[in-house]
Amino acid sequence: MAAIGATRHRIDPPLERIPEVGRIPAGSPIEARLEKIWETAPGWRGSLSTVDHKTIGVRYLVTAFLFLVIGGIEALFLRIQLVGPEMGFLTPEQYNQLFTMHGVTMIFLYALPVLSGFSNYLWPLLLGSRDMAFPRLNALSYWIFLFAGLFMYISFPLGQAPNAGWFNYVPFSGPVYNTGPNIDVFALGMVLLGISTTVGSVNFVVTLFRMRAPGMTINRVPILVWGTLTASVANLFAIPAVSLAFFLLWLDRQIGAHFFDVANNGQPLLWQHLFWIFGHPWVYVVVLPAMGIVSDALPTFCRRPLVGYTAVALATMATMLLGFGVWVHHMFATGLPTVALSIFGAASMVISIPSAVAVFAWIATIWLGKPVFKTPFLFFAGFVALFIIGGMSGVMTAAVPLDWQLNETYFIVAHLHYVLLGINVFPVVGAIYYWFPKFTGRMMSEKLGKWSFWTMFIGFNAGFFPMHIAGLLGMPRRIYTYPSRMGWDEVNLITTVGSFIFAVGVLIFLVNVVLSVKRGARAGANPWDAPTLEWAVSSPPPAYNFATIPTIASRHPLWEGRIEGEEEHSRTKLEEGYLLMRGRETLGTSPIDAKPVVILKMPEDSYTPFLVGLFVSLLFVGLLLHSWTFTALMTALSCAALSVWMWPRRNLGQRTTRHDPASAGRGGEGP
Amino acid sequence: MSSVESLKTLRYRRSLNAGKCILTARQPRLTGRGPRYSLAVRSAFGHSVAVGIVLIAASLRTLELVKPMKASKSGFNSRSAIKNLRFRITLLALSMVAARPSEAADTLSTPLNYFLHSYGPAATPVMHLGWLMTALLSAITLIVILLLVIAIVRKRSSADSGMIGAESGGLKWVYIGTGISTFILAGLTVYFLTVLNAVAKPTETPALTLTVTGYDWWWNIEYEHADPGKRFVTANEIHIPVGRPVLLKLKSADVIHAFWVPVLAGKTQMIPGLVNQKWIQADVPGIYAGQCAQFCGAAHAHMNLEVIAESDRDFEKWQEAQRRAAFPVSEHNEHGYKLFMDRCGGCHAVRGTEAEGLHGPDLTHLNSRGRIAAGLLTNTPDHLMEWITRAQYFKPGARMPSIALSDSEASALASYLSTLD
Repeated sequence: MAAIGATRHRIDPPLERIPEVGRIPAGSPIEARLEKIWETAPGWRGSLSTVDHKTIGVRYLVTAFLFLVIGGIEALFLRIQLVGPEMGFLTPEQYNQLFTMHGVTMIFLYALPVLSGFSNYLWPLLLGSRDMAFPRLNALSYWIFLFAGLFMYISFPLGQAPNAGWFNYVPFSGPVYNTGPNIDVFALGMVLLGISTTVGSVNFVVTLFRMRAPGMTINRVPILVWGTLTASVANLFAIPAVSLAFFLLWLDRQIGAHFFDVANNGQPLLWQHLFWIFGHPWVYVVVLPAMGIVSDALPTFCRRPLVGYTAVALATMATMLLGFGVWVHHMFATGLPTVALSIFGAASMVISIPSAVAVFAWIATIWLGKPVFKTPFLFFAGFVALFIIGGMSGVMTAAVPLDWQLNETYFIVAHLHYVLLGINVFPVVGAIYYWFPKFTGRMMSEKLGKWSFWTMFIGFNAGFFPMHIAGLLGMPRRIYTYPSRMGWDEVNLITTVGSFIFAVGVLIFLVNVVLSVKRGARAGANPWDAPTLEWAVSSPPPAYNFATIPTIASRHPLWEGRIEGEEEHSRTKLEEGYLLMRGRETLGTSPIDAKPVVILKMPEDSYTPFLVGLFVSLLFVGLLLHSWTFTALMTALSCAALSVWMWPRRNLGQRTTRHDPASAGRGGEGP
Repeated sequence: MSSVESLKTLRYRRSLNAGKCILTARQPRLTGRGPRYSLAVRSAFGHSVAVGIVLIAASLRTLELVKPMKASKSGFNSRSAIKNLRFRITLLALSMVAARPSEAADTLSTPLNYFLHSYGPAATPVMHLGWLMTALLSAITLIVILLLVIAIVRKRSSADSGMIGAESGGLKWVYIGTGISTFILAGLTVYFLTVLNAVAKPTETPALTLTVTGYDWWWNIEYEHADPGKRFVTANEIHIPVGRPVLLKLKSADVIHAFWVPVLAGKTQMIPGLVNQKWIQADVPGIYAGQCAQFCGAAHAHMNLEVIAESDRDFEKWQEAQRRAAFPVSEHNEHGYKLFMDRCGGCHAVRGTEAEGLHGPDLTHLNSRGRIAAGLLTNTPDHLMEWITRAQYFKPGARMPSIALSDSEASALASYLSTLD
């Protein structure tokens, strides 16, 4: 700052002040004042206007879990239809809508949002900040996610839900072969959801590089932060491809464009490229933060830090980078030239290497640690096992000629469920058990927890492992029924039984959540004796997170002084720190070294994110219904709400117009 | 008997038993060894040795062969057949992947089982690749999970000092584990690229070129020939000569489909506006099942086809028969013929008549086909009439309507259709 400050403050007016350093004892009048500054108004006004990252995080989690339950029920319907040959439980059209909505719900409305929920809640706490970089954008991201989710279900009750699969290949999803509103709902819903994901991602990226507590250098941030950062950067590159694809499809369908229309020199294969250029990075987007959760939480139960922090952080980013170069492995059977297939096949093999780094780091952490067998540990260890199986079947699909057989069979269904349930759902459920005390101030029941783990783990393997065999026996995906002569009866029966056992496990977990919210044992600030910063604040955390902004000295602030062979170094300061309480304030630091740079003025609660989200969503409803006046009106209202939101306000400025030589250019710099 | 030999015998037996029912197929008739035998053996042997996994392959085969071989010594009798059956049921329950391999493809209990069965050079190297990868990766999975389990349960000093373990250390795990993984992945990459190279193109010029076009939800098949008079069209049933590579040009008339006859070759998408090529070859006579492998709408589940591999002579005979136009209508069938022209001729073609519709399968030699409705039903007169009157019940959403017919109309139409041999 000092270096660039010289050139800078010739143009910029000086920063306002240097904050004082001090302590705020719990229960003191100063703390009450801080509480008042950050608290959200009670009642419906508060719930519509809040920008508290913790509230938004919990909303993300609850909404994503509701979608998980809906998607799960859809899956159970599918499994009933497939329990035996030639069943008539569902019609083909119902089956197709259900499997499409199952995929759409799980992949778009559950898998990433649930991780965004954790990251939203935890990031500022992990990083020692008071909120995300853009709290209002955060609120907008949630509202649009919620509305996009509802939007995509808008036609479900009418029996007109999307029905072309989550991959939605043209021309089947085009205007000629799919005439109802089914695909329009999906296409517009995806563009809408893309807004939510994009603004959410921007927020994470800026938060990481701007909002860390002093001393939390880039090599001290938790792996979850690395995972979410990597996923967010990837989203900024991947989401445009899918939003564009769906927008072009909507143009094809509604205004007679011909991007994918063969009869007018359009190209259906273009869809597959655009979709998978997005789709494959997305796979890593929905697993890397979950792997980060395990990398951070598993060490707590092993009573030692993660083995190979740097290797795992680098592996996370390497996976994502390679993840952009393997999309063609979803398209091995499209008749592309053999040379291209060889390259993408080899790249798909290479992408297993960073995963191996992470797996061996986790196993080494457990091996060298002293495991404590609490429920979260069981889920994390179970996750490692499932990840190994899913990873190995993934290697098989990377082999091009073998994939020509495996592709589009139940082998792939098995593989992707091992990957997505194994690497997303198991860590997520484990993470709920882990952070539930932080969210609610109460512990979840260990007894029910162990029941839920074993039921889920056994049910999952009983349900999904036989799918590998169904696939090797040649059972294609997305068939609503099959004749007995194909020899798939037994495996499907077992799969259906397993899927219901798994569902019972999830139910036990949900019952545990509901019971524990009300009756769980009280939890202290740090019930697991965990090392990271979120456990330094009370459970649940106060609205302002940290009374004073802490100064961080290691990767394990709460384990300092207890680590074997630890070298003496300056200790993390949790009690004493910058006092920031002239309105909502937090500290901005430099991107790599986390040196204090500036006091960030944070915005008040506001209805504008809700209103912008609502009007933009209604705008999409207008497009869906072809009601152009309504669309125009909603566009105008969205712009108006945005203007109110963006209207410059003096009290959010970080610089002063008064000239004060004492503080010029040095505002915020630490002692 | 060595493993390789048992593989040879198996292939030989298959070639003999093609098309026979399950029980007779188990009774080997060890007559002379034809040229096809040596062809099959050579290719199987060559590939197996080349990839060095013949042991795994043959042990899988031998496991399945044990019983039938014994039965063959004592000759065929019903008791051994029942014993045999019981053995097979046990095997199925045990392994869940066991098929009945000693039968020809058309009587396999899992006709699309590409993991244990392959009948041509476009599929066999891939099957071996599958075996090797499954064996190797399963072993690695077990080892790594075992390490995980040991890591969890291994005994530790019970004294709980309250201290936290040091952060350093353990990196050896990452180095060694990742190093070994990289080494194995590199080896697998080289191997799969070799296989890709081996199956990408046929070794000799294709004997025959077909254009297969995917429709919602059936397959149109055109046999090309230099002489336009010798070209002909059929549907849902591909005949090929045994032991010869056949080139397929894959097209789509509507949405994306995928052509897949697993025991002969992997799948290839049929994309509107593009012509994809693939090749298949069957080294053993038999009926090979195929199924559309790309989701294509309501009746995606009912878009099947069959490839029938037969001797050159049988294939020529079949081709000759297919090239003929339909027989002239006898007076007896006038009514049925008229009904057909009114109700069916707009969509279906019967060469030699005014029915020239192109929206549905060519019906000129309808009765030469084993199945109707793209594999949904066996081709019997009863099924045919059920299909015509209740098509939407069997295949909801298909372009074929359920056609209302009075009893007399139905029998007249049935009578006419029975002439389409």
